[in-house]
Amino acid sequence: MTVNMTKGQAINLQKADGGTLTAVRMGLGWQAAKRRGLFGSRTREIDLDASAVLFADKQPVDVVFFRHLQSDDGSVRHTGDNLVGGVGQGGDDESILVDLQRVPVHIDQIVFTVNSFTGQTFQEVQNAFCRIVDETNGQEMARYTLDGGGQYTAQIMAKVSRVGTGWQMTALGNPANGRTFQDLMPSILPHL
Amino acid sequence: MTAELVRGQNHPVSHSRVEIRVSAGTPVLALASLADDRGRFSGPEALTHPGAPSLPGVRSPEELAERHAFPVDLDAVPAAVHTVGVVLVLPPGGPVRFGAVPASYVAVADPEGTELAGYTLTGLDGETAVVALELYRRQGAWKVRAVGQGYAEGLGALLADGGLPAPEAAALAAAALRTASRTGESDPTLATMPTLVRDLGSPRAPDEAPAPAPEPPDPLPASGSPYAGTPGPAAGGDVSPPTLGPGTLSYVHPRRRPSSTEPPEPAPRATAPAEPGMPPRPVAGDADGWSMEERLYNQVWGMFEDLARSVAAYRSAVEFADSRMDRELDAALSDPRHRLGGSGNAARDTARARRDDLVAQARAVLDRDLVQLVAECEVVEPALPAAYARWDNPVWHGHRIPGENPLALRLGDLHLPERPDLRIPMLARVPLERGLWIDNGRTGSEAAMAMDTDRLRRAAMDMAVAYAARLLAVHPGDRFSVHVIDAAGAGAASLAPLVRAGVLAAPPAAGAAGVTQTLAALTRRVDLVQMALRAGAPEDLPPDVDTAEQLLIVHDFPHGFDDRAVTRLRYLADEGPAVGMHLLMVADRDEASAYGPLLDPLWRSLMRLSPVPDDHLADPWVRHAWTFEPDLPPQGSQVLEQALRLIAEARRTGRP
Repeated sequence: MTVNMTKGQAINLQKADGGTLTAVRMGLGWQAAKRRGLFGSRTREIDLDASAVLFADKQPVDVVFFRHLQSDDGSVRHTGDNLVGGVGQGGDDESILVDLQRVPVHIDQIVFTVNSFTGQTFQEVQNAFCRIVDETNGQEMARYTLDGGGQYTAQIMAKVSRVGTGWQMTALGNPANGRTFQDLMPSILPHL
Repeated sequence: MTAELVRGQNHPVSHSRVEIRVSAGTPVLALASLADDRGRFSGPEALTHPGAPSLPGVRSPEELAERHAFPVDLDAVPAAVHTVGVVLVLPPGGPVRFGAVPASYVAVADPEGTELAGYTLTGLDGETAVVALELYRRQGAWKVRAVGQGYAEGLGALLADGGLPAPEAAALAAAALRTASRTGESDPTLATMPTLVRDLGSPRAPDEAPAPAPEPPDPLPASGSPYAGTPGPAAGGDVSPPTLGPGTLSYVHPRRRPSSTEPPEPAPRATAPAEPGMPPRPVAGDADGWSMEERLYNQVWGMFEDLARSVAAYRSAVEFADSRMDRELDAALSDPRHRLGGSGNAARDTARARRDDLVAQARAVLDRDLVQLVAECEVVEPALPAAYARWDNPVWHGHRIPGENPLALRLGDLHLPERPDLRIPMLARVPLERGLWIDNGRTGSEAAMAMDTDRLRRAAMDMAVAYAARLLAVHPGDRFSVHVIDAAGAGAASLAPLVRAGVLAAPPAAGAAGVTQTLAALTRRVDLVQMALRAGAPEDLPPDVDTAEQLLIVHDFPHGFDDRAVTRLRYLADEGPAVGMHLLMVADRDEASAYGPLLDPLWRSLMRLSPVPDDHLADPWVRHAWTFEPDLPPQGSQVLEQALRLIAEARRTGRP
């Protein structure tokens, strides 16, 4: 059922029965990587932040992140900042809920990003993933694994954009560097 | 962790002994039905009801109540039974349909009292009996499913649907309802008009077990509200309101249908049930909260936020469309290719059309949201308790002084220019966190500029009196007192109803001496209560200290105030709210301009309200400017006087 997406792959956000989706959740989960060293069992806390930037005609008009948990129109909601990541579970540590029906008509793209607020690179993160869930029934529609992890502190995960009357999701998986979404703007723009 | 079920959803039940909890907005009968693997009832013994409350594994409550809790032992249920249904039935004589009462909530709890799963019954309309939940066997284990199947024709139809022959089903339903009204009311005269009398506050029948209420009784007279009855004139000609004994007013709505022991006829369906893909029809009380009052409060705030955000979406789309059109027009103008021929005009037309198209789309989305909110407002507004209700709400005519402090208070209405007739109640939590300031200055707003000073001042003071009356009426008799400082006596005309009814703690203080005396007394009270609270010994207060919540109305500030009095007033404004001392200023800021910036913190600490519609309030989410309009008793209405009489009466009987 779940589509494991690869970089650049696009999927249409449609239900299995052909109906359009009404609400989706972008979930982000991670665990801090074990630190190798004298005290090998000691883990370091890593604070990853999920953000969603709302674009109209390639111009950012609103953003949902840990300091602005709900878009002004109420259609995109962040469930709250998680500072440490999952403790061994595979669940979502931060979620952004998008009520696609209520997204204002001029917003045509929503870009999801992940930043390392504490500055560690993704090399130190384990089992990081981003997934799209149909919020009405809890079914996972797509999952994108942050593979490997390199010397970068941010990733532009995916975008959800209007296609005709519905929406489609494109996995981007583009590494970048930055502490919050603002630093990523130059890297986001080429993907619009 | 309670699983909130939606209709049709199921959830495992990990315990064999569970408790079914019902919380309805009106007294209901809770029954349990036992069905076999094909969902059929085997006979009259398949239903627990007040006449036969026990079946193996199940014991359902015997009386009508808003809250029920009853045990189910799933191990003891006979093997042939595959489904245990929880059925709610509206009693005869009460509300005639579930659509007219706040949504009920049904939950399954484990023996420790933790709720495993809960379900709010939304979307009901003309139904009088409903299967709320069912516990069912699935591969040797029990699960619970949210059902929400209602029957407009009542319990008989529900039973017939389960396979009982129609006459048998009707007989069983009649027996269940008959015994319900018998066990619920021992007095035969009461039994003929069961809920009307009970809900209006007459003493409960002595043998009626108190409902297992973990919270105080709701002041919301759900079924006492005329909205709960069938609208339109009564079919049976004149109905003389029942007399409730000497000294008791009858609050029965004249057009209410006569109640009887027969099951009520279902009300006509106003609208068809929600189409697939359409939003569900709104229900009053469809929000979280411990009590119906809290649920309604949260629902109103939810509506407030939804309207703010929907309008924000619309405004941002329009703004974007405009700026895009400007950009495109600029581009069309500067493009040298358009200098010759008509292509420039075409480009401009395209830009305008694109703008209009986007605005139309945004408006369509906004209208969709507004329709939903208007519909929600229409069901919520009539269901509001007195503290939240407009003065013209009929709930005020049946109002009784409650036994508990209210959760919040309606200060007025809020609306936005996009839909001026959609009024969101502006509710403030009680005790008020900050004082109120009714601005009677003409420079405050455009609407005030257009009024002459005398009328504006009168309107502001009338508004203050209406707030005082509302606060008094929704607090228990001796839990709220009102003081007035009216140094020049200019507010006497507005204050007359309060003075006449004798509900003020003392006559309005006049002159500099009166101001000083009142402020000194209230300052002392705040000081003593603060000290007592800090010392953790509130019982050691001197006997002359009034521990009730206080409201101080200050009119014509700073007339009659010396520096010392001003300092005391600021002390009350700062320290008062924490110890139940509210300040309500009716003042023109310009008149106190002699104090310079010294008083700015005082004005800032108060919530500014205006006696005329004015858009100075911002919502906490997107900061729209909302137009505030005070809610005043309708012209010529006696509702304020009536409320004040009630208060005075409660004072007389409440205090020795």
